[in-house]
Amino acid sequence: MTGSVLEVKDLSVTFRTEDGPLSAVDRVSLQVTDGEVLAIVGESGCGKSVTAMSLAGLLPRTATVEGSVMLDGVELIGADKRTLRSIRGREVAYIFQEPMTSLNPVFTVGYQISEVLRVHNGLSRQAARKRAVELLKLVGIPSAERRVGDYPHQLSGGMRQRVMIAMAVACDPKVLIADEPTTALDVTIQAGILDVLRALRERLGTSVVLITHDLGVVADLADRVAVMYAGRVVETAEVHELFARPQHPYTAGLLGASPSAGRHAGTHRLNEIPGLVPVLAQQPDACTFADRCPRAIDICTTKQPVLAAGVACWNPEGR
Amino acid sequence: MTEYALELENLVMHFGPVRAVDGVSLRIPKGSVVALVGESGSGKSTVGRCIVRLLEPTEGTVRLADADITHLNRRKLRPHRRDVSIVFQDPAGSLDPRLSVGDIVGEPLRLMRRRGALPAEQRNIPSAVADALRRVGLRPEVAQRSPHELSGGQRQRVSIARALISSPRLLVADEPTSALDVSVQASVLNLLADLQRDLGFACLFITHDLSAVEYLADEVAVMYLGQLVEQGPRERIFGVPAHPYTQALLSAAPVPDPSTQRARRPVLLGDDLPSAIDPPPGCRFHTRCPVAIDKCRTVVPESRVIGEGGHQVACHLVNDDGTGPDVRDQADTTGGVAR
Repeated sequence: MTGSVLEVKDLSVTFRTEDGPLSAVDRVSLQVTDGEVLAIVGESGCGKSVTAMSLAGLLPRTATVEGSVMLDGVELIGADKRTLRSIRGREVAYIFQEPMTSLNPVFTVGYQISEVLRVHNGLSRQAARKRAVELLKLVGIPSAERRVGDYPHQLSGGMRQRVMIAMAVACDPKVLIADEPTTALDVTIQAGILDVLRALRERLGTSVVLITHDLGVVADLADRVAVMYAGRVVETAEVHELFARPQHPYTAGLLGASPSAGRHAGTHRLNEIPGLVPVLAQQPDACTFADRCPRAIDICTTKQPVLAAGVACWNPEGR
Repeated sequence: MTEYALELENLVMHFGPVRAVDGVSLRIPKGSVVALVGESGSGKSTVGRCIVRLLEPTEGTVRLADADITHLNRRKLRPHRRDVSIVFQDPAGSLDPRLSVGDIVGEPLRLMRRRGALPAEQRNIPSAVADALRRVGLRPEVAQRSPHELSGGQRQRVSIARALISSPRLLVADEPTSALDVSVQASVLNLLADLQRDLGFACLFITHDLSAVEYLADEVAVMYLGQLVEQGPRERIFGVPAHPYTQALLSAAPVPDPSTQRARRPVLLGDDLPSAIDPPPGCRFHTRCPVAIDKCRTVVPESRVIGEGGHQVACHLVNDDGTGPDVRDQADTTGGVAR
């Protein structure tokens, strides 16, 4: 397939824990095409962040990763440290949720952005600094020439996240992985960050994997969506299609449960999904959503549904 | 007898140089739900803590029904404790891990018994606890469990059971659903709405998320940097928001619908929030306000009524009939990004 920058096939991640193995991700397959924004949506513990971190080998050694992650034809699972090091930051870049803990407090933001450029692109100190100022301008930081000498604590949360974005796009990566990039921010700040991401994507044509639990953010930015539940992808669809015609009962439940201004005038109730997200030692040969599902039928508890026509469900909505 | 469960008059709470709350006046009519909305650092949680007297206000008054509790000492406060309860954001941090759920939920009753204030129908504390657990949708057997054995949503139900067991007249809910997943959040919001309707307590619902309160709140008060900028009936705040900050908040929250969301233009305010140590002169919002004029930089806007239901706003640019600029019409979508 042409234009597929990132291809994930049958990715499984298992953690060794004191209480035995824990299956966090189970045979997840995803594709990201050139310039596309793929959103991975799900609630805490569904495996969305673990999936994102496994893409460039960021998981701890207690994790066993199986399957394949191809980035522009290069296999990343099982790749040696040198290969991974040359890819991280240059081909795949990350933006994490909490910019304060991802930035080094004892270096200026300019130094930290320059470092990426000097390591990967071999720029001189001076050239890297000049480029750092340009990057800060690119992500909408006013008076960038002055701000480049600031330490992280001198910046607001929104500014820090802009710095993280500047660092991430410094080497013009093929894939940008944004893991809950706006979750720690206030809504008025979030709106600005979403805007920067949108503008960069238009300008640089970078593919983006957006990890989020917020369906509003998905609606704003994504081209395609993969919904994860208990370690598995349960539905993938084009964004308008997903919101208009969710096929998996879990997707439909999530959409109904999200409060949104203007939809709930008066005494309208929110949709609830009964029960809890399961914690899985081993993935069963069954649908993991079956015990919470309003549409469950007999086969759901005895055989795992495979992802077909965009949904992994024996009894999808609207059929 | 007053018609209000809570009256705050010019509430001020300073922590050294930090002016966290700087003159908040707010009334909650008996049995109604008021949402206090604001972003991080606006002082909304500090207001909540002053109301339950975890903090003693620097100035102003906190009146519960008929009692002024602003400066009561611990002992004098005790009889009033049962009248107002609080539910915190983080249910893991607000439940004592060494106690069983039953002990946690029953504790207010044991304290009331010590004072001889326990109502006859609650004399049997274990059965009163079982009732309270059932009311929040938990099985009575949960009483034997420890908080760490429960999920986040269940823990928040335990917090609610504890808060309501003394039949308070006012519940302060401080971001009760912000730490929860979407699907769990919905069930806790529904539970609070049902309990409020059935038991009739008044509620101050503190949140950063306007969309969460639209179907819960009777009234909404919007806070910015220690002060209220706008308050009024829910339909007015969502329908005809007058203050530029309220308008920006409403426009900034993304809507979970791609077609609608992509057609919207969020008002972008800039990332630099002023500090509560040295708040801007004049209107505190003027440094981020897209329509600020010279007067805003020097003259503090007074809160005044601009519409029915006591709709009040503190903004120079809003006319007495509530008309004025809508910053959503002139939204700049570049986000300061060089294109």
